Amino acid sequence: MSSIGSREILRFSVNGRSHELLVKPYATLLEVLREDLRLTGTKHGCEAGECGACVVLVDGTPQLSCLVLPGQVEGSEITTIEGVSDGGTLHPVQQALMDHGALQCGYCTPGMVLSSKALLDSNPTPSREEIKEALSGNLCRCTGYVSIIEAVEDAGRAMA
Amino acid sequence: MTTVANDRNTDLRVIGKSLPRVDAVGKLIGLTAYADDIELPGTLFCKLLRSHHPHARVLSIDTSAALAMEGVVAVITGVDLPIKYGIMPTSQDEHALENEKVRFVGDPVAAVAAVDEETALAACRVIEVVYEPLEAIESIEHALLPPTDEPIHDYAGPGNIHRMGALEFGEVDEGFAKSSFIREDVFFYEGNTHLPMEQHSAIATYVGDQLTLWSSTQNPHYVHRALSRVFDMPMGHIRVVAAPHGGGFGGKSDPFSHEMAVSKLAMITGRPVKCTLTREEVFYVHRGRHPVLMWVRTGVSQDGKILAMHFRTALDGGAYGSYGPASMLYTGALQTTTYNIPAYRFEGVRVFTNKAPCGPKRGHGTPQPRFALELHLDKIAESIGLDPVELRRRNYVKPYSRTINHLRITSCGIEEVTDQVINASRYHERKKQLGHGMGFAVSSYMCGAGLPIYWNKLPHSECIIQVNRGGVSLYCGATDIGQGSDTVLATVAAEQLGLWPTDIRIVSGDTGLTPVDLGSYSSRVTFMAGNAALQAAKEMRDILVEVVAEKMECSPGDVMVGEGKIGELSFEDAALLAQERLGVLTTRGSYTPPRDIGGKYKAAGVGPSPAYSYSAAVVDLNADPYSGEIRLNKVWIAHDIGRSINSLAVKGQVEGGVYMGLSEAMMEGQLYRNGLHKQPSMLDYKSFTFLEMPEVETFLVDTVDLEGPYGAKEAGQGPLLPVIPAVVSAVYDALGVWVDEVPITPDKIMRALDARAKGREGRYGPKKFPQISYPPIVKVPPFDATSSAF
Ligand code: FES
Ligand code: FES
Repeated sequence: MSSIGSREILRFSVNGRSHELLVKPYATLLEVLREDLRLTGTKHGCEAGECGACVVLVDGTPQLSCLVLPGQVEGSEITTIEGVSDGGTLHPVQQALMDHGALQCGYCTPGMVLSSKALLDSNPTPSREEIKEALSGNLCRCTGYVSIIEAVEDAGRAMA
Repeated sequence: MTTVANDRNTDLRVIGKSLPRVDAVGKLIGLTAYADDIELPGTLFCKLLRSHHPHARVLSIDTSAALAMEGVVAVITGVDLPIKYGIMPTSQDEHALENEKVRFVGDPVAAVAAVDEETALAACRVIEVVYEPLEAIESIEHALLPPTDEPIHDYAGPGNIHRMGALEFGEVDEGFAKSSFIREDVFFYEGNTHLPMEQHSAIATYVGDQLTLWSSTQNPHYVHRALSRVFDMPMGHIRVVAAPHGGGFGGKSDPFSHEMAVSKLAMITGRPVKCTLTREEVFYVHRGRHPVLMWVRTGVSQDGKILAMHFRTALDGGAYGSYGPASMLYTGALQTTTYNIPAYRFEGVRVFTNKAPCGPKRGHGTPQPRFALELHLDKIAESIGLDPVELRRRNYVKPYSRTINHLRITSCGIEEVTDQVINASRYHERKKQLGHGMGFAVSSYMCGAGLPIYWNKLPHSECIIQVNRGGVSLYCGATDIGQGSDTVLATVAAEQLGLWPTDIRIVSGDTGLTPVDLGSYSSRVTFMAGNAALQAAKEMRDILVEVVAEKMECSPGDVMVGEGKIGELSFEDAALLAQERLGVLTTRGSYTPPRDIGGKYKAAGVGPSPAYSYSAAVVDLNADPYSGEIRLNKVWIAHDIGRSINSLAVKGQVEGGVYMGLSEAMMEGQLYRNGLHKQPSMLDYKSFTFLEMPEVETFLVDTVDLEGPYGAKEAGQGPLLPVIPAVVSAVYDALGVWVDEVPITPDKIMRALDARAKGREGRYGPKKFPQISYPPIVKVPPFDATSSAF
């Protein structure tokens, strides 16, 4: 990364659009997305890697954006919650979460959607244990998780 | 999920269906703007400086270095916010910023507004506060002793006692004298916190004498009042908007320092000011579950009928009053809504300690005594050789009855919820097997508190429905904190107007735009706001039907409403026709609970509700006799919902309640060492993830409450309650040792097993209940039945 003064130039792409931003080297990806790009769909519950609310996909892999520094995503393709649905059509994971009542306050939902999408992209027919494992870094205080597991199973079937 | 219908009313079109929430899409695509997502042009960022002493006098605060920093726009201290506030009229004991004394680690003393959070934080670090430390009080026992320095507060007392109560109903001594078996037990319930996923956040503007605050609050109505008091400003100049909410569970029910601070800073700077708490601060703000020490003594007859009960509680309230007076009374109020207790004595005390203030968390003041009561009954059953389910059945309250503490019981599905979980889990067919166990418990909860938090005669909930340009808007002060209240209101209105829930635009939780609703607490919204919405919708339906009947030249009774039509007209055409004839159409509905639902004695305000929900749970688990590790296999939960407005949403509330109950039963604790919170992070404060959560089978029992909207009752809090004792009971079933303390952890189980191995009682838990000088018992005369139907 090149820098100007105390700032670095970050070149990356978010939801298919390329950006060139001047950022603090210690700013987190979470901050860059929420504050510089105003993509506030990515949430934060701890800013310390403990809750999963901030999950985004970095080149298709789920990452806790609160723990990622600009230097780590130089040249990467980021997918945030704003980039998941296709125009007016919900992604199968979003649709299934909605149909199963698997969101309440919805604050964990963006992270949940992205972690689930990443799982199903690599394994469209996960077992319950695989779903639990893949989502174990995403906390939800509202739903009790049960409906989310059912929704992800369903979404996998819809995507198959 | 199984729904057990007791009513064959099948002509409902949307009520009771499993439909998605009306606000789902915005949340799923990341468009819903929670408080911290709101940013207005020129926004300044606020940080609070918090005390690092648990108890200290504030000798001086020097903000000059902070003010001199580049990027800092304003700094305030307690001098700028001198008026105290608090959620209850009797606990106006908080300053937004403390100027004279701090009472817990985390108590705020100053606030900075700066161009960004980083600068605000750096400015906080250079504010110099000189403290004179005082003795810190950390436990109930310590708080009961006379303070060596000074009491934490200069009101209430003696010493650090905040509130006490002592009531007796019926002839308790006589009941014990007649009993053939009497048992005493002591229990302790460790406090825990809400841990909402969203950190509290608020943003304020002050423009042309008008203060507007968007906040992640459950209760904009009470925040509005508190702001008016603190700023000595007319209510009409203040607007509080509950922003879309990232989870409350009771933790966002008080007015908070950061809300006062951003408001004041917006007034001073003329710019929008936002404050978002860090996760660590959320642990300090707390207002969570009180730690409660409990002693209970019950006398039963030969055949297991309860003849008398004496219940004592001591609550660790933390540093401020908050909802404390109510919390204390709630630890004694609802024992009687599940069991017929003919003679009942309750003594309770709440003390101040130098810890983060406690308040209401899901179940407010009732999970602790429910845990104690259910295990106490298990022990009695075993002592007298009766099946624990049978013992309970012999004492269950009857529908349409009156409890000894004057609470009115109406619809009551306690028998049905018991049948559902006992049968489905085959509880009675389980084989005795070391390491495997099942536990059963029941509970009940209120559908909204019968009285408001402060005395006033406003309706508890009001709705306005407006039909304009062919569309419907519903305005209500209720706040959707994730529990689905917007969906409930939309569904109630849609049913009446022949529409689909997503056809109704909901405007909620905004003191500037919506009529009064007291807030999202005490599981009150479905019952109270739902009834207000029903009334407003019925009236609107009548107006539209009449206009259409006139056009169709038929009687209103012949106009069918449904499928988006009013008679022959589409809803839109009917609405436009009515608007042409009558102008813009508005109807209103309001709800105030009936007066005869509780008693008239002092303290009778806590407990009454227009209806009670009932829940029963069976927990199946394995508990390892060598490590004390618990593995949950399955939970069966049945809930008397009255009738579901949206069964998918109810199932979600029930499963969420089960999860929260399990997590706090087995893991969660708000613990301190030397005045410091031991684990103010989500990593250290353990809670359930996907991996710990077992399978849950849910049964919804329809009892069709006569006063609930379409017969509905609450689901938000009740289903948590039976889960906690059922876990502990199942561990006893598996290992034969009692852990009379929550959370139940492997080390406590091992200590109980150890004790048994050494020939002592196989138990872990508090040894004794302290000597407490409760006030003289107030003997309450029996309920005056002449003033009520039953
Ligand atoms: S905000 Fe990143 S894990 Fe919590
Ligand atoms: S839906 Fe509220 S935290 Fe998951």
